[in-house]
Parts: sequence; C-alpha cells; structure tokens
Amino acid sequence: MAEAALRTVPLDKARILHWLQTYGVYAGVALLLVVNVVITPHFLSAENFRTQAVQVAPVIIVALGMALVIGTEGVDLSVGAVMALAASVTALYLGYGLLPALLVVALFAAGVGLANGALVAFVGVQPIVATLALMVGGRGVALVLLPQLEDLRNPSLASLGSGDVLGVPYLILIAAGLALLVAFVVRRTTFGRQLLAIGDSRPAAQLAGLPVRRVLIVVYVVCALLAAVAGVLATARLQASDPTSLGNLMELSAITAVVVGGTPLTGGRVNIAGTVAGAVLIQLLTATLIKHDLPPSWTQIAQAIVIVCAVYAARGRGKR
Amino acid sequence: MTATKTDAPVAPAGRGKQPAAGEPAGPARSERVSALVQQHGALAVLVVVSLVASFSFDSFATGDNVGNMATSSAFLAIVALGMTFVIITGGIDLSVGSLFALGGVLAAWGSRHGTLVALLLPLVVCGAVGVVNGLLVARSRLAPFIVTLAAMLGARGLMLALTDEGAETYLIGKGSFLAELGQGTTFGLGNPVWITLALFAAGAVVLRRTRFGQHVYAVGGNEDAAALMGAPVARTKILVYTLSGVLAGLAGALNAAWLASGVTILGNGMELEAISAVVIGGTLLTGGLGHVSGSLVGVLLLKVIQNVINQIGSLDSSYQQVVSGAFLAVVVVAQTWLGRRRQLM
Repeated sequence: MAEAALRTVPLDKARILHWLQTYGVYAGVALLLVVNVVITPHFLSAENFRTQAVQVAPVIIVALGMALVIGTEGVDLSVGAVMALAASVTALYLGYGLLPALLVVALFAAGVGLANGALVAFVGVQPIVATLALMVGGRGVALVLLPQLEDLRNPSLASLGSGDVLGVPYLILIAAGLALLVAFVVRRTTFGRQLLAIGDSRPAAQLAGLPVRRVLIVVYVVCALLAAVAGVLATARLQASDPTSLGNLMELSAITAVVVGGTPLTGGRVNIAGTVAGAVLIQLLTATLIKHDLPPSWTQIAQAIVIVCAVYAARGRGKR
Repeated sequence: MTATKTDAPVAPAGRGKQPAAGEPAGPARSERVSALVQQHGALAVLVVVSLVASFSFDSFATGDNVGNMATSSAFLAIVALGMTFVIITGGIDLSVGSLFALGGVLAAWGSRHGTLVALLLPLVVCGAVGVVNGLLVARSRLAPFIVTLAAMLGARGLMLALTDEGAETYLIGKGSFLAELGQGTTFGLGNPVWITLALFAAGAVVLRRTRFGQHVYAVGGNEDAAALMGAPVARTKILVYTLSGVLAGLAGALNAAWLASGVTILGNGMELEAISAVVIGGTLLTGGLGHVSGSLVGVLLLKVIQNVINQIGSLDSSYQQVVSGAFLAVVVVAQTWLGRRRQLM
C-alpha cells in the first residue's frame, strides 16, 4: 500500500508543485543543514549557529517589513537607505543617550515611510518609483549628515549589539520577537486582513469601504521603522556608523528572502514563516559556499539561480 | 470620452490630432498642454538649469566642461536607450548595471585577442543574458522585476569570476582601434558622443517608424489587446530585453575603451540611474507611452545637476543624491497628476 502511494505521488505534477510552493523553502533549509552536517567540519558547534543567526537577524527584520509591503502588491526599495539613515542619525544623537537617539531615528524613519506611503497612496505613484526616489535621496541625506565612517563608543549601544540572554544574543531575540509580532498582525488583526485585501485588489478594497490609503501609509511606515531597527542593530554590532556601505543591496536581499519564502509579488498573500526561512536559506547557502572556499562570485550566481527557481515554482500560485 | 484615453497611449505617433467626435475644443487643448508638459517638461527644466548654471559659473559653459559632460553622459545614455524600450513594453530591466560592468571587463579581456573579439564578446554575452531575461519574462511569464534582479546578481557574479574576484583589472593597449573608439575625438566631440547620437537616431526611427516599434507600444499599452490584434507579444518582449542587454554591454565596452581598462567596480546603481533618466524623460513606467529623445534629455539633466553640484565647491557629492532623489519625486508626482488630468478629460 505504502509503495503504491509513493509511486502515484511523483506522477502528480500539480501536487508536487503545490508541495514545493508550500514547503520548498523549508525543504531547502533542511537539505542545506543536512549537507553541511555531513561535509562541513565544526558545523554543529553552537558558536557557528550563533554567528549565522546574528548575521541573518538584520536581513530577517528588514524582510518582515518588505513582506508586508509586497503583500499590498508594492515594493520598498528604500530600506537600505533607511538603514544608512538610521546609522548616521544614531551617530549624531548618541551624545544625548541611547534612548533619545533611538527616538530621533524612529522619527526620521517614520518620515521616510510617510513620504513613501503618501506618494503611493495619495498621489498614486507606482511603489517601485516612489521608493526609488526615497532610496536615492535617503542615502544622500545619510551621507550629508555623516560623510564617513565614525566609531561609536557607547556602552549601552555596545551591549545591544553584542549582549545576550542565556547565550542567545539580543539581536536574535529581537528578530524572533518582531517576526512573531508581524505574523500575529497579519493573521489575527483587522489591519492584517485589510492589508491582504488591498493587495488582492485595491479597487475592490476601496469599494468595500476599507481605509485603503491609511493602511498603505501605515504599511510603508512600519516597513521603514523595521528597516531602521535593523540599521541600529547592525550599527550596534559593528560599533561604528557606516552610512556609505551599511544596507547596500539590502533591498535585494530582503526581496529575495520574501520571494523565496513563497510570498507572491502580486500581493494578497503574506507568508511570514516562509520569509524567515527564505532569509535563513540564503544565509546558509552563502555560508556553505564561503566555508568551502568558493569565491563570492559563485555565491551571487547561486543566489540568482535560487531566486529564479523560487519564482518559477511560485508561478502557478497567482491563478488559483 | 474613453476614446481619448485609449488613443493616447497606444498610438502616439500618427493620430495625435484626432479629437473624439463631439468633444469640445477646450478640454482637447488643455489635454494637449498636459501632454506637452509631460513629454517636454524635462527639456524645459534642462534649458533653465543650463542657462542659470552658465550665468552663475564661469566654468560651466566652456567647451571643455561641455565636452566632458557629453562624454560622461554618453555611457548612461546608451544604457537608458535600451531601458526606454523595455519600460515602454511595461517591463523593467535591473540587470543593466551588472551587464555594463561585465561588458567593460569582457571588452578589456578580449582586447588582447584582437579588436573584433573585444567588440563582439561583450555584445554577444550581454545579449545572451538579455535573451534569457526575455525568455523568462515572455515565455515563463515571470515578473520582469525579479527575473532581471536575478540576472543582475548572476551577471555581477560572472564578472567577478572572470576577474579573480575583482582583483584583476585587464588593460586596453594604447593606440588600438578600441582605445581610439573610446578616447578619440571627431569634430571636437568624443567618439562615444557620436556613437550615442547615432544610436538614439536609430532608436527613434525604430520606435516610431517600424513595425517592431509599433509592437513595442502596443504590448505596453495593453498586452491582451496586442495579442488579440495579432502582435507577436512574446517575440517583442524577448527582443526588447535582448536589445537592452546588448546596449548595456556596448556601453560598458565603450566605457572600458574610454578608461583604457575593464574596471570592476563600475555600474553599481546604474540601473536605477537609467530608470530615473527614462522616467524623468516622460516615459511612463506603466508602459505604452514614451520616446527615446526624452530619455536623452533625462540623462543630460541628471549629469548637468551633478556637474552644477560639483561646481559649487562647498557641497560634496552626496548632495547630488539628495537633489536627484527629490527631483525624481517631483517629476513622478507631476507626471501622475498630468496623467490623471489627461484621463479625466
């Protein structure tokens, strides 16, 4: 009986595709883990897992916001610039203490998010162009505020970046907490429902009387705030503010994580667990290639192939 | 009423002056004004900025400065030309920055095997990446944004693999034909400028006067309608992505010839600059509307702003990003507003 069942399943193309769409990213992560346990020495050490998790935490946080934006059928290219902006503003206001600095960072990030959201919701500009403008301008502002790398000496910032609870770094705890929060918001709140409805069909959501503009603006503000959190955490880990290179290509990593995680670019669906797994998958892939002394060029090519495969597998999903 | 709405995007060339039956003259005129501002607003701004700059800075309107600006604009302009075709079909090509870098490295690497290899290799390889982009977009119906994003990563990876992870810079020998093509001047202007002008003239003719050009507009205006009319939608899309790849490779090769080496760190963020230039030039990202001359104006405007900021010695170059970003935002807001007005008319 079991053999018969096994034999019929592979023939069923649609079912395989469906399975791949839902669980492909987890299978990928599991596969990479198994492969690494076999071929990579010292892979199973706690230290290694810690390093990988700390490296992937900022990407996860940014990707959470990106997943929300993509759920509304938008995209936010300005997240990398917001990270840079957060880094330079942190450096400027750290003299007043960590908390005031964080408040000012939040203010700046909310400003960028508001601008993005207003352009998309009120003016009706396509998200990709609106956020492109903020991406170019945002990094410019970050560099105007702080032209070059600056070392930061602040004990509370240092402990935020490298401290831990029971051996689990703050970075990981924050990323995990935010992931749970965002997943809860998407699944269990009115706001989450409205967000998905807008992504499904904006005209329909409008006709149904949903506050389309308000939801869109809030989504872009939340995305910018999450990017700012990632920027502050990355800065805290580096112990230096580096607006020139911090967050470069982050928008692409975040979009990759979201898409590989099974959230369609066409909106109306958000898969938070998949997004986290997508970020982990790319991180593990990169780490595997680096640990086996393959050059970074291979990593990029491999990443490109993973993206295309993931999108190809997700292709049929929009039609159902 | 809806006649004007569908008329404008699909057939901007021949039938411009054909108001729908019974439409009063007033709205038609204001619609024409809107269209004029949308298509030539960037040109007006370019003229104003250039005039103000030449009165404010003695060194702006000199032959040297204009020549330098023209040459440094040429490479971005060639990339923007391909991007214009892609955007008019309603797509987007994020891979051009990487292809620009790849094209430069391939040209420099190939120059040791003769001029023909140096010129053909970048065009063939970058064109092949463009074909793959086009196939995935047109045949597999994947989103252009994500396909070309993957191509962007892949092409940069390929470029790094060719150059020993960016450590190796191939040089182009002095006195070779390739170096002459990039560095020489004809009638006082750099050769890349002439090549760019020739390409834009050809691009304008292709877009306006050929069957392929009409298909490009039709696909961007309404893909389903284009397919029902019998336009080869998939073939058109594959062709525009190929064209974009080839042009990006050519721009990279010319730039390498100009610099006499295949510099590996070039092209980062170039796709966004090219998209900005195309959008500023009046091409709509929704597709179906736009023309190549606007993109040329957009590129020049970006470069003039950059030059002006360099002339103001006290401002460092990061202000250029702030100004470009703000300018792009203003342009898209104005365009969206004008576009909405035209639709309401």
